[in-house]
Order: sequence, then structure tokens, then C-alpha cells
Amino acid sequence: MSTVKLTIDGKVAEVSSELTVLQAARSIGIDIPALCYDETLEIFGACRMCIVEIEGSNKLQTSCSTLVKNGMIVHTETDRIKSTRKDIVQMLLDSHPNDCLTCQKSGECLLQDYAYRYDANFRNHHGAMRPQLMDTSSPYILRDNSKCILCGKCVLTCYQVSDRQVLSFSERGYDTKVVFGADQTIEESPCVSCNRCVAVCPVGALVDKRQLGKIRNWDGNTTVVMCKACEYGCEFEVYSRNKENIAVTAKAPSNGRPLCLKGRLATELKYLENPDKPYIKINERFEETTWDKALGITELIEKINRLEKDNKEEEE
Amino acid sequence: MMTKERMDSIKEVLKPKIVEKLIGEDKVELRGDEVVLKGEYYKKQVRIALKNCDIVDPTNIEEYIAFDGYYALYDSLTKKKPGDIVEEIKNSLLRGRGGAGFPTGRKWDEAYRYQADKKYIICNADEGDPGAFMDRSILEKDPHSVLEGMALGGYAIGSDQGYIYVRAEYPMAVKRLEIAIKQAREYGLLGENIFGTGFNFDIELRLGSGAFVCGEGTALMESIEGRRGMPRPKIHRTAHVGLWGKPTIINNVETLANVPVIINKGYEWFRGIGTEESPGTKVFALVGKVENAGLVEVPMGMTLREIIFDIGGGAQDGKEYKAVQTGGPSGGCIPADLIDTPVDFESLGKIWSIMGSGGMVVMDENTCMVDIAKFFLDFSVEESCGKCVPCREGTKRMYEILDRITKGEGVEGDIERLEELSETVSSASLCGLGQTAPNPVITTLKYYRHEYEDHIHNKSCPAKSCKPLIKYFIEDTCIGCTRCAKACPVSCISGKVKELHVIDQSMCIKCGACYDVCPVKPIKAVSII
Amino acid sequence: MEFKFDMEKNKDKVIEFQDFLNEKKSTKGPLMPALQQAQEVFGYLPMEMLEVISKTLQIPMAEIYGVATFYSQFSFIPQGENKISVCLGTACYVKGAQNILEEIESQLGIKSGLTTPDQKFSIASARCVGDCSIAPVILVNEDVYAKVKKSEIKDIINKYK
Repeated sequence: MSTVKLTIDGKVAEVSSELTVLQAARSIGIDIPALCYDETLEIFGACRMCIVEIEGSNKLQTSCSTLVKNGMIVHTETDRIKSTRKDIVQMLLDSHPNDCLTCQKSGECLLQDYAYRYDANFRNHHGAMRPQLMDTSSPYILRDNSKCILCGKCVLTCYQVSDRQVLSFSERGYDTKVVFGADQTIEESPCVSCNRCVAVCPVGALVDKRQLGKIRNWDGNTTVVMCKACEYGCEFEVYSRNKENIAVTAKAPSNGRPLCLKGRLATELKYLENPDKPYIKINERFEETTWDKALGITELIEKINRLEKDNKEEEE
Repeated sequence: MMTKERMDSIKEVLKPKIVEKLIGEDKVELRGDEVVLKGEYYKKQVRIALKNCDIVDPTNIEEYIAFDGYYALYDSLTKKKPGDIVEEIKNSLLRGRGGAGFPTGRKWDEAYRYQADKKYIICNADEGDPGAFMDRSILEKDPHSVLEGMALGGYAIGSDQGYIYVRAEYPMAVKRLEIAIKQAREYGLLGENIFGTGFNFDIELRLGSGAFVCGEGTALMESIEGRRGMPRPKIHRTAHVGLWGKPTIINNVETLANVPVIINKGYEWFRGIGTEESPGTKVFALVGKVENAGLVEVPMGMTLREIIFDIGGGAQDGKEYKAVQTGGPSGGCIPADLIDTPVDFESLGKIWSIMGSGGMVVMDENTCMVDIAKFFLDFSVEESCGKCVPCREGTKRMYEILDRITKGEGVEGDIERLEELSETVSSASLCGLGQTAPNPVITTLKYYRHEYEDHIHNKSCPAKSCKPLIKYFIEDTCIGCTRCAKACPVSCISGKVKELHVIDQSMCIKCGACYDVCPVKPIKAVSII
Repeated sequence: MEFKFDMEKNKDKVIEFQDFLNEKKSTKGPLMPALQQAQEVFGYLPMEMLEVISKTLQIPMAEIYGVATFYSQFSFIPQGENKISVCLGTACYVKGAQNILEEIESQLGIKSGLTTPDQKFSIASARCVGDCSIAPVILVNEDVYAKVKKSEIKDIINKYK
């Protein structure tokens, strides 16, 4: 693996020749904005926010999909780039509902961050908006297509687990949307509520329903914990306020960690004083259930109880 | 197995027969050794890609062979190395006929030099520009020229598998290709050990299913692989990492049809035609409001005037010629005063249009340029794959603005908004479709800004085409024949026989039926204001 | 409109389709040919057949659905017995194809993209069909009507009634 030397915003970076410009920039602390880029996912190239100017070319180029080259001179925040990024954010806002005040994602929403960074605002217009298609069928995931920016992260992350692959884009053009299964509700679809999609969604299109209305990102403290349900050790965030744990949400999957519902419920049970009731999907319907059933440990508990009872009887 | 002797004997027997028959039908004449179609329309044309069209029977491989078909393949496989073919095409300066004009030889060279266990050659037959049917004609009338071009490309780059991606809207082309591939296999010109040289090459047909964006190389490959035709970001060159991750070259139908002729006649001959930077010919589909519509193949560098007036006979019905649109939804409208522009990649680029795949839509005085821009944007909105933000969101907003302008609801600042959106969409979109989608707006704004201003400020359509901005009115010359009143679908025309008729403007739906039926000559009594 | 796929009535077609899939299984990129075949055989894409494709070709339903909705030639509702396509390519458009389409819509009482309640006709607007020199063009099934005038629409439709 060879290394190359390039200049990004006047800073020299010496990096592997296999990196993209965006990765090289981030490695030296230059934050190029991107809505669809995620280092654990396939390069998608949809949001166009990561455009940069590379000397020797008049064209704007997406840094997520341009490999570094020796001697490259890159500029990441020129006036032309800033104005184009502002226009892109503006285009997204023009199709997006203006409800940051009550949005669960407020404070950790990338669209909000970039709107602030590039000074783009909601505005009134008479044109089309993305239709409001709220899917409330799942107790774990709330889906609001009107907020979707079609970055594709949810589709790609779901696709990585071979027996899931529940999400897809459907339709095309302005009508493009993300669907579960064959355009079903989350409940009817084969979704296993692992919340991988929720963990990667940069906006409020997919949110954790058990966190909804309880606490937001900036409104308390978060602690990262590791799930103990299996050897993968997926990471979760425990939200707390005034030393009380309020919600548990999945952190983005990494290093082959798959995330699963059982692990999430086990983590909730461990860290939360009053977790919401658990639900499991039976015949395409979410049904309220008991914790032992949800965690699949009914038999184990029965056996533990029996053994303990036997022990007691023996002692007597 | 096919041999040179067999081809020679086919040629010897069959060619004189075909020529005799066609001369008998008064369809062709001899131009030197060449058999060319007869007639005024063909006089100024030079046919390379179309050389066999309407001359050979496309369902009979022997007729193609009789007109020198598969000789280029024979000579190449038996006498030349793959590198020689690449050099020949490079030297010919043949440029991609699908629109962008990228040098074909350079593409081939990239794939030729790249080592891999498998390589692919794809023929892009997803001709989707509205107003273009060049490729369709070649596929239907001379499919073997494309197959031979692909086999030559396959030999040159080291590929044994070709795909033809053809749009499903061309059922006849699909049928003809199926027949041609079958016959080529039967004659040993596709398949294993072609001409006994050990070279294997086969071709599979893949159909599109109605998505314009699949004409874009990466989207086309996505589609063949069985996915949504959403373009991929080009991290690596397609010539290195293409179909199923393997080196792939994608060439357009017309480009491939040129290849066997270049190999047969040599690059010097080819460069003697056309211009220095754009050698050879280009096929155009001359359509719209032109007197003689049809396919024309002319040397690069011929002026628009020669094509539209000398060959096409100018605007139809004695109307005034206004503009020509080249390059489909990616191209631009060229105004009448630039009619002497030579048609080649560079010259069209200089006047903000593009060569494109060869659509040439002639427009007359009744064509509203804002409406045309709207038509193309509507097309781009419909065909946008929806993946990248600028194209998905930006073209939609541009369409909305154009739509309200043509409805007389344009407001101050709309032109500026269109310009801003054009800039962002063209500079930031992922693929060629998005990057070029604003071109029809950019060029009409450049050359016909006053028409936009008229719509916005004066609420009038100078071409009298935008319905919400026009009124039908009956003049004093009305003879009271009552035809208009009978034709009116909403019965808003009143008047007695042999008396002046009147249109009730409040009820008129501006369908134009009255205008169509008015018999008063030479100027109709129904006027549009 | 609700359409129910009748498995029993389509039994032969289903077997034919299954054979096609089994044959295509080993080729690279079989999904598009599979969907094209289904559209061809059944006249539309019945959800039941998408499930068959999913099982046979081992492709997730979501992906198949995504592909099927991307391409405009695939449809989830049955087409009418007679398919009228109005070319809205540039050449036809400048020669008044929009008016032709509106006339057909008003004659049949349905909008473009839909099928008449008796399933006799469906109307679609088509991308350029490549017959620009004889614009405006409409297609009824495989029949091409050139240089169509608004006044001729009624007669054309009547031919297929």
C-alpha cells in the first residue's frame, strides 16, 4: 500500500493511496459535510454535499468518491462550494416539513446542522412537498417519509445483513421513497426491529419510538454501553436526566456488529427503571408480551425457578 | 465454420443479384463502387453507419456478407493483433456517437491495457432522446454491422462476452437483433473459435424497461445486473471496474456500426471525411416542423443550413423557421441566426448546445421556447432516477417555475431563480442526465430571454402557443358557415348562418377546434391573439 | 381498482413462468428478464409472482419491488385489452400530441395511465417511439397511426370496441 501526499485547504496530508479525498480530509481534521457518506457503508454519492474543488479541474467533484492522488490540491470551503452546498440544503428544506421544534432528531439532525452551517432556511412556496406518510405500526420505529432526504443509509445498512434486506428505494424521481418490504407497513414487512436503520438515519425520518417524547440528544446525558446478550457486543446509548435513565437506543452498527431486538430489550431491561412494555411480532402483528418471552428466556426462568424451589425443599 | 472462401462465394453470387434488383426498382444508384440510395434527399448525404440501410435485407446475414460484412472481422482475427485494432481506432479519431463524443480508441485502449480474467463490451442501444431514432434504424435495418463492431471491440480489448442493452420500446429492433444473433451463431461468426482462430465471442440481448437514465453507462450496468437504474459514482473508470466489477467498455450503436468500415477502409480514409477534430459522419434524425423529415447521415462540419434547408427543405407549410433543437433533453435550442454553424462536437459546444445522439428537432414561428424548455424539463423530472439531490429536487423546482410562467403566473425573479437552479443542478448532479438537464433552459434563456419576459411581465406568449395566454377571436371576414360553432366542444360560439360568429370568452377552453375547421382562405377568420 | 390474481385460472401460465425462472436462475443478472417475462405473460406484475421470483432467484422482496417500481414498463395493475399509447416525444409534442391525448382521455372517460372499468382500453403516454417523421403518432396495441388528427380519434377507438 503506497502513500500519497496532497494538500487540503493548505494543510498537507500524507495518506494511503486507497483513501478518498473525504477520508483524507477527515484524517487531518477537516470536516467535509456529507449526508449520505458513512465509512461503514458502500459509497453512494447521492447527497452531493461533499463536493470540493480540485485544482486543474473546473468541475466540482464529490470528495467521497474521488481517490487521492499525489500532488493533489484540494479546496473544501470556497465561495463556490459554500453557495452550492447552501443551494443543496435549500432544495432539501424546500421538500421538508418545518417542525424542528418538536422533531425528535432536533439537535442531532445533520440537515439541521448543515442548514445552520450554510445559512439555509425554511421558506414558503407553492411547489410540491414530499407526501406525509407516517408509519406508526411499529412500537420500535417511527417512520415519517416526509422528512426523508433519501440518503440511502438505511437501505444500505439493512442490506448488509443477508437475512434482513427489508428496505429498498421504490418509485423514482421526485416520487422516490424508502419502503419496507413491498411497500408494506413496518408491522407487515419482514422487519425485525433491529433499529440499524434508525441508528444511521441522519434526519427525523426514522426515529426510535421508545425514546420519542421522552428525551432529546441535548437534553440530558448519554452513556455508551455494550450489550451483553451475545458475543458481538453491539453498542447502545443510555439517555439520562438528573441521574435517572430514560431511554436506550441503538448506536450505529460497526465492525460487523449486527444489532438485534433482543439485545436492545435486554439492554433496556438492564439500564432502565421503568422500561416500556415489550412487543414481539407474531404473524405480522406486533403483540404486547412479557419480558421473559420477549427475551426468549421463559424456559430458562422456569427451570431456574424449579431448581431453586427444589433446592429450598431439599434444605427444608 | 465460416471461411473466407465461403464469404467470397456468397458475395460473388449474391451482390450482383441484389444490386440488379434494387436498380430495377429504381431505388439505388452507383457512386463509384458504392451502392447508394437514389434521390435528391440522399445526394448530399455520406453514409457510413447507414451504408446498408434500405439496401440489404436485415434478416439475411448473407446479404450483409455480400456487402463486405464480416470481412473486417476476418482480416482482424487472421492478420492483426488486438493492439493493432486499438491503434487503428485510436488513429481514426472516432468519437462516441451517443452524445458526449469521447474518443472510442482511448476507451478501448484503457480496457485493452487492463489485465483481468473477464472483460465485457456493451452496446448501448437505449436510445431515449425524444426525437431521435438513428440507432433504431441501424438496429432494424443493419443489425449485423453492430454485431461485427462488437466482435471487433471484443477482440481488441480481450473480451469474449458482449451485451446489447436495447430499449423495450423498440420491439422490431429486438426481433431483428434476435434473428441476427441467431444467424451469426449459425454461420460461426459468433460463438466459439470464430474463423478457426480460437477467438470466442458471444452476444446476449438485454432489454430495458422504460427508464431513460439507463442510457447513462453506470445506470445501464446497474440495470443489466438487475437493479434500479441509478447511476453509480465513478470512483474507478468503467474500463477498469464496470459490469460485475470487470473491465467494460460501453459503445453506442452508431459508433459500433462505424467500426467495421473503419477497419476495412483504414483510418486515413475515415479521417478524410468530416472535420479534423470530428472525423467521419453523423446520423441525424431530422424531425419536427421540417418539410422532409427523416434520417440523414452527413459529414461532420456540414452546416445546419445545409442539413435543414438543402436536405430537409426548410420549415413545413411555408412557415418561418425559428430554431433547431439538438441533443435532446441534454441539448439546446439553436436560433435561426446561427444557422450557418457547422455541425461538429466543438462548434455546437461553442453555441451552448451539444451534438447529442443526433436528434434534430426543427421549430417554426408557432413554437414557444418557454414551452419547449418546459417540455424537456418535464421529461427530465419524469426520468430523473431520484438518487441525487440536485437532479431530483432541482429539476422539479425548475419545472414548477416554467409551468407557472407558461400559465401566465410567472413572477418577478423567476428568471433569476431558474438561472440559479440551473447552475446548481448542472454543477452538482451525479450523472450526465442531471448535469445536462438544465441545458434547454439555459439555451432558451440565452437566445430567447425576451419570450420569458413577455410571458412573465406582459402575460403574453409571442408564439401564440401557451393556451392560458391566448384568446381565440373571430374576425369580420367570417362567412357564417357555422362550422366552428358545430366543432366547439363547449358550445361557446354563437351566430346565425351567414352572419358573423362570436366566441364567448368566459366559456372558451382554447382547444383550437374552431381554428382548425375554419375554411376561410387565405387567412382564417378565427384568429389567435 | 382492486384486482385479484386468480391462481387457478392462470395455472398454465404460472407453470410456464416457473420454468422460465428455473432456466434463468443460473444466468447473471436474471431479475430484469424475470420481471419482463412476468409482465409479458400476465400483462402485469402480480404480487404473487413477485414472491415466486423472490423464492426462486433468492432476491429479497424489497429489492424486487424497488426494481419493479423504477421502470415505467412494469405495472401492478392489469392493462386493458387494447393499449393505446400516445407518443409525447418532441416531434409529436410540437405537432400537437397533447391535444390528441386529451381527446382520447375525454373519449374514453379515463385519464392517461389508467384502464377503463370494462378493462377494454388503457391509455398511456409514451416516450418517443421513434416514428418522428410521421408525427403525431399513436399506437393501439401494435398498430401505428401516423399524422393523427383530433377528428380521427373517435373512428380509431371504434375499430377496437
